[in-house]
Parts: sequence; structure tokens; C-alpha cells
Amino acid sequence: MNTLNQVEDFATSIADVDKANVKVDVRALNFFYGKTPALKNVSIPFARNKVTALIGPSGCGKSTLLRTLNRMYALYPGQRAEGEIMLDGENILAPGADLARLRARVGMVFQKPTPFPMTVYDNVAFGIRLYENLSKVDMDVRVEEALTRAALWGEVKDNLKGPGLGLSGGQQQRLCVARGVAVRPEVLLLDEPTSALDPISSAKLEETVTQLKADHTIVIVTHNLGQAGRVSDYTGFMYLGELIEFGPTEDLFQRPATKKTSDYITGRFG
Amino acid sequence: MTDQALPAAGRSMPDKPTRRSSPRGALVGQVFEGLCFAAATALLVALGGLIFSLVLGGWPAMKTFGIGFLFSTTWNPVTDVYGAAGPVVGTLVTAAVALIIALPIAGGVAFFLTELCPAALRRPIGTAVELLAGIPSIVYGMWGLFVFAPLFSKFIQLPLMSAAAPGSLLEKLTTGVPNGSGILSASIILAIMILPFMAATLRELLLTVPPTVRESAYGLGATTAEVVMSVTLPYVRTGAIGAVMLGLGRALGETMAVTFIIGNSHGFPKSMFDSGSTIASTIANEFTEATSPMHVSALIALGLVLFVITFTVLGLARLMLRMQGARL
Repeated sequence: MNTLNQVEDFATSIADVDKANVKVDVRALNFFYGKTPALKNVSIPFARNKVTALIGPSGCGKSTLLRTLNRMYALYPGQRAEGEIMLDGENILAPGADLARLRARVGMVFQKPTPFPMTVYDNVAFGIRLYENLSKVDMDVRVEEALTRAALWGEVKDNLKGPGLGLSGGQQQRLCVARGVAVRPEVLLLDEPTSALDPISSAKLEETVTQLKADHTIVIVTHNLGQAGRVSDYTGFMYLGELIEFGPTEDLFQRPATKKTSDYITGRFG
Repeated sequence: MTDQALPAAGRSMPDKPTRRSSPRGALVGQVFEGLCFAAATALLVALGGLIFSLVLGGWPAMKTFGIGFLFSTTWNPVTDVYGAAGPVVGTLVTAAVALIIALPIAGGVAFFLTELCPAALRRPIGTAVELLAGIPSIVYGMWGLFVFAPLFSKFIQLPLMSAAAPGSLLEKLTTGVPNGSGILSASIILAIMILPFMAATLRELLLTVPPTVRESAYGLGATTAEVVMSVTLPYVRTGAIGAVMLGLGRALGETMAVTFIIGNSHGFPKSMFDSGSTIASTIANEFTEATSPMHVSALIALGLVLFVITFTVLGLARLMLRMQGARL
């Protein structure tokens, strides 16, 4: 199957995403670790206030794609991206982009919880303090709001001065979500956010994700197909650095357009 | 095999595993257990013996001069009267000043190597730092005396002394013979000596910070400086204190380099440029010439004092770690 055919295959699907509602538009993206290509000519839209899931076997480039959206790769010499990623019509890959600003607009939560070595309160306040100078009262409100939205407030409200690292794994991960949403990013990137969590914590986090899309554009990388089905509005299936298929989640799962996709979602490989 | 050998290492395990499938495994376990116990015991015996012989050897001096041994500045082998205040103060001051100079630079080097340095320079600079840490102290001492001291005298001591107004604090700090040796010179040489060690250790520590933790901080829009100050540094705080204390321990006990450049006078140092002595340099200088039993005993007592100082530093480090551990 060649690239041209693929583009035609899901060109109609992409049209389903209302162009005016595209928050992040990735166009002809190529990515390299040194000389090794990791993404090949990937074009994918991420719709505003929707959850888009990226699925595919390990090493297919899902996480790499995620890390281009906030240019996290730029921390590491030798990694580079070519193409265009338009965030509200502005190319974030253009030289001279303010990376700190970009990352404040595009938040990220990782596979394993990464609380900072400070109190629960300070973990959430950390990002806010970087860009806003709030009074104690206003900060308290923001911290409570963020923790509430991450469905953690009830569990930690009496322990805000306790260490973030003292929470359970599931709580730590929701703390990281709270920390991420506290700075009110426009886009939230979730890199397998539940893979290190028990089923109950996972369910809570999925619920959180569904609620968060009212205010954020969410991109979630997941190995859990059930999770992709439950939380996402759109799904992209990636394989060996290429976007094989993209479309509304229901269509992709029930009427996959390519054999690769159907093999993957029925568990025949990956 | 390993299943059986491993639990044997923990002597204090409440109930030993009863699963001993082969007699050979059990024997290996017992031998291993015995060897570990012997090694640990030997260490304790050596430590105890060391303290015992220091106390025994220093006892005549301690009995004669009492607690005043620590506070008297007289050190006179002719009249056989000894007081340790000069060397003790010299030891504490040189080590403290060395730490104050070395710590910020070591931190800067470590952060540069882990966060900012271009990939091509990372390895050469990292190796250079480790090589510096391996240079024998006597080389630093010779370099200090023959190269550093004349330059220090010409470009630092003389200009500062002529710039100091009579009666000012600067004048008080800079009195002495401007020959390039003295307390401050020794401190600077010590700083140069402990700097690579601390930089190398701090660098190793910073490399242990999980990439995703750093990325999380960057992901919130933090700049490199903010990531380092608020996230990376607190993350390695425990180990960093340990590294600093080890550096301090090395500075406290350093002998050859200091002996070369501190000036070796026994009085209480009057300024930063005045010559002085440390405990280690005093012992090294005088041990071969100590003829009277009281002189030898005073030197051994001095050794005991150094032991106590180092022990206290390590103890304080432990305490700090424990308090921080309790807080977070």
C-alpha cells in the first residue's frame, strides 16, 4: 500500500473534522532521531474540545508525534522535525518560536507519574507561578479548581502541605493532571496516562479526561483500545511511523478502512 | 542456588527460609553469611582500635592541659606547652572557605554539563573534571607553592593591601606577609582540589533525575533556570548534601597541599593572608621531629580532635538528611 492511496483512503475521514474546528493541524510531518526517521509524512488534524486518541503498536511513532506537539524533543540534540504543525494557524515548528510559552499552552502528562519533590499544593501552583503573579487567596482558588477538575480535591484537601511523592500512584497521576490543567493550557497531551495505574484509578482518570474536553483539546496516546473507544472522539492508527488511518472513533473501530487497522483492532497483531 | 544464598545475607531475618533443597546450597549460604559478618566485624574492630589508640596516645597531653588544650594558642615544643586553638581554627576556616568558593562553581559545572553543554563537549569536559579529581594532592601543593603563590602575591595580596585604608576591615583582613602563602591561599588551593570531586558527584546525581520529571517541568513552560532551581536541585538534594559533606571531609583532612602553602605557623591566624596551620599540616610537619613524649602525645591528641571534627561533620550531614526526609 503506497502513501498516495492512504491519503485518499482517509481523506474523507479528515473532511469529517470541521476545518474551522481544527485546533492543531499537523501537515506532512517528518521526524528524525539523528538519521533514523520516526515519522513519515504524517498529516493529522486535532479537533478543538475533542479527544483524539493515537493508537498503534509499540514503536509506531505515537509518542514521538505527541512530543512534537509541544516540541519536547527540542530538549535533545539530534532530534528534529520537518513539516508544519499549525496551532491556531501559527506554525510551532518555525524557528524562533518561544518554547516556554508554547509549552505553557500545550500541557503534557506522562506515562509514569512525575510529581515534583514538593508539597501537593506547590506541585499544582508551580506552573501557575511561572506565568502569573497571584495573591494567596487567588492561588488557593486556582489550586482547588485544578485539583477538583482532576478529581483529586476530595482526597487531598486535608493534606495540601504533604509531599506530592507521598500520594498513591493513581493520586500522583491525577496530581500531574491537576498540575497540567492548572496553567489552563489550550491543548493537553496525555502519553499513556493510565498504563501505570490500577483499574479503579484508570477509570477515574478516564472520567477526568472526558470532563476536561469542555475546556481543552486533548490528544491521548494509549495502548488500551478499550480506553480509546471510551474516551476519544477521533482516533488515529499509526504503524511504523505512518498514519495508516484516521477518523471518528466509532467509524474506525466498527468500519476500519484498511486491513492493517482491522488486524490491529481485532488483536491479530501489535 | 542464588535463591538460597541471597536470604542468608540478611542476618536479621526473623525466620530463615526452610526451603534448603541441596546441602551444597546451604553450605554456600553459611559461608557467605560468615564472610559478610566477618567483614563487618573487622571494620568495627578497626574503628574501635583506632579510637582507643588515639585516646591512649593523646591521654598524657589531655591530662596535662585539660580542656584548655582546645583553646590555648600556645604551641611551644621548647617549653613543652601545647594548645590546639591555632590548628583547629586553621582547619575549620580553610575548609569552610574552600567549600564556600568551590560549591557554587561545582554546581555551575555540573548544571552546565547536564543541562546546557553541547553534546560534542559533554564528554571531553566531563572527562577533564574526573581527571582533575584524580590528581594527587602533592601535585596541587607544589603547583600552589611554585605557581599559584607568586601570582597570588603579585595580583591579589599586594594590590589589596595597598588599597586597604588604615583601620578598615579590609586592612584587618589583609595584614601579614604578602608572600603568597597563608590561610586564604590554602583555602583556594583546597577549593580547587575539592571542586572537581564535587562537580563530578553532582553531575552523576543530576543524571539520576528521571527525564520525564525534567520534561514535566519544561512542559509547564519553565525555563532551564527554573527547572534546575525548583525541580532538579530539590530532586537530588539528599545526595547533594552528601556530596558536599564528602568534599568538606576531604578539605578538613587534606594534608600535603595545605602543608605546602599555609605557611606553617602555630599562632592563631590574625588575618586571611596570615600564615597558619591546620591539624593535618601540623602533624605532618612535626611528627618526625617530635622528641619529647609530651610533643608526640599532643600531636596524637590533635589527631583525635580532627577525628572528632570529621565525625561531627558526618553526623550533622546524617541529621540534616533525616530531618529533610521527615519533611518530605
